[in-house]
Amino acid sequence: MSFLDLKNVTKIYPNGTKAVHETSLSIDEGEFMVFVGPSGCGKSTLLRMVAGLEDITEGDINLDGKLMNEVDPSERDVAMVFQNYALYPHMNVYNNLAYGLKNRGIDKETIEQKVNDAAKLLQISDYLQRKPSMLSGGQRQRVAMGRAIVRNPKIFLFDEPLSNLDAKLRIQMRLEIKKLQQKVGVTSIFVTHDQVEAMTLADRLAVINNGIIEQLGTPIEIYDNPKSLFVAGFIGSPQMNFLDGNLKNKTLSAEGFEIKDINSDYEGDVTLGIRPEHLSQTENGLINLKVDLVEQLGSDNLVYGQLKDKKDFCYRCPGNQTIKTGANLSLNIENNKYYIFDKSTGKRVN
Amino acid sequence: MTRFITSSFSHLILLIGILIMVFPVWMIFASSTHTSSMINMSGLQMFLGDSFYENYLRVLLYQGGFFKEITALKMFFNSFIMATGVAILSVVTSLMAAYALVYYRIKHATFLFWIIFITILVPLELRIFPTYSVMAELNLVNSYFGLIVPISASAIATLFFRQFYKTVPDELLESAKLDGANTWRFFVDFLIPLSKTMIVAMLIFMFVFGYNQYLWPLLVTTSEQYWTVVMGLKMMSGSIVHRFAFVMMSMVPPILIIIVLQKHFIKGVFQDK
Ligand SMILES: Nc1ncnc2c1ncn2[C@@H]1O[C@H](COP(=O)(O)OP(=O)(O)OP(=O)(O)O)[C@@H](O)[C@H]1O
Ligand SMILES: [Mg+2]
Repeated sequence: MSFLDLKNVTKIYPNGTKAVHETSLSIDEGEFMVFVGPSGCGKSTLLRMVAGLEDITEGDINLDGKLMNEVDPSERDVAMVFQNYALYPHMNVYNNLAYGLKNRGIDKETIEQKVNDAAKLLQISDYLQRKPSMLSGGQRQRVAMGRAIVRNPKIFLFDEPLSNLDAKLRIQMRLEIKKLQQKVGVTSIFVTHDQVEAMTLADRLAVINNGIIEQLGTPIEIYDNPKSLFVAGFIGSPQMNFLDGNLKNKTLSAEGFEIKDINSDYEGDVTLGIRPEHLSQTENGLINLKVDLVEQLGSDNLVYGQLKDKKDFCYRCPGNQTIKTGANLSLNIENNKYYIFDKSTGKRVN
Repeated sequence: MTRFITSSFSHLILLIGILIMVFPVWMIFASSTHTSSMINMSGLQMFLGDSFYENYLRVLLYQGGFFKEITALKMFFNSFIMATGVAILSVVTSLMAAYALVYYRIKHATFLFWIIFITILVPLELRIFPTYSVMAELNLVNSYFGLIVPISASAIATLFFRQFYKTVPDELLESAKLDGANTWRFFVDFLIPLSKTMIVAMLIFMFVFGYNQYLWPLLVTTSEQYWTVVMGLKMMSGSIVHRFAFVMMSMVPPILIIIVLQKHFIKGVFQDK
């Protein structure tokens, strides 16, 4: 049995909403797991069941070899960082960090040392005497992290802790969380709906949709090898292009082009997925793109346009190429990096 | 310039308002420092006389009542005990009742709350005889306990605390739980400090409520030893200046409480911001 073990965990809220469907998942000690998915898919619910803040309708959760289902959150030895931080408004930063330790009857000197160590690690030593209301968003974020770290819990839970920060701070805190986790080595689960955050932080990623884990794997595995239309569309930025087509005798015919010798025996209507970055310009390429708009990001250009059948399409090319609005580009798919999905079920077929 | 004129104008109106309210009180105070014959001959006085100590000391220490058993000093003591008791007891019980209503998984908690709330619509006078017979059965007539307990369940305070608890974000409770706080610790370490301002406001409010009680203490005490200030105001006989002096003194405890607690009250309001 691994460090954290979820077995057929289901959550049905009292009003009948089925938020999590028979989910099984194992997380190893020291691993950084990220739950990613669109709003309302059940990420928070799953996390809160691990924390003990929601009852488990069915299934088992084991943490460090102990069944957690009936264990009170205060006894689970987990720490959670909330989206709005949930700092204790009437206590100063020192007491915010110390509160969990005091509740365990740890003696004063040890508490002081632990709090000071954590404060140093998070660079909040200067604010220990301040109330949370006197801190900036980033500082509050650090205090929330400090409160989790100082207790040295079995597992860290993060529920979208970065979403209240501005873009720049978010990237900075993202890096710091990753570094911190590697330094402290605590098993962590991080919930987000931001796929960039998910890709950059995760050792392993669980892509959740409608209360089901659609795919589980390292970020690169999931990026390179999405198992369903949903995962393919969710992971990667800009989003994968999707085209309608039909697969027959290992030949895919889409509007305006064909691809032969496809590695699949499936026959019927399919969706073809091509990532914007897996295209290159050639003469007489498969795909003809009429350029509507070019976004120059410096390192890259994002080229938006339309295919013959007026379908929107995106192509990403190196920033040193100049592409004009209104131009017609001829594109090829690099290294046969395309994905074919069953149109009705969304399952990958190649 | 126009701003200066409008603001001086509104200040003027406020000053007039204050004068209208303070003037009668001042008249009584000024009159209470004269001798009775002076008042009887020339009516209420606008300016201070020189019998202040004489009048006030006499009122405080005079053995009054039908049986000459009680002094004003004792009445103040009784009123203070009663008002403080009512204030503390009702704040403590409403804090706990609101806590249970909001945080415990009580079936039909909202319904129960409205039942409690309805008692606001039932004035004390309406239930005063049944309450009296309960106290009589329990042998609590003529005791501080009997004076305090029956009027110390406050639906209004429960309402205020409940509404406040409902605005406390759930994450705070969840976060505290994960930090190892049990139900009791959450109450003591979080809700009480967070509602400090409201607790102080309620203490003032309930103190004044307890201090102003008239009908209930009248009914539940037969011994003059338990007379309160407000009862004394009604029962008191004696010369006019002594009565004025007593009226003046009867205003002091509520004002004192407000002055003492107001500091915390305002501090609390600003700290939470
Ligand atoms: N207390 C509740 N009672 C009933 N339904 C709920 C409750 N909490 C959440 N839900 C429902 O359960 C589903 C999953 O909710 P959850 O909060 O886990 O989503 P999420 O993935 O965290 O979304 P977000 O990214 O917006 O935070 C949603 O459909 C939501 O409406
Ligand atoms: Mg959520």
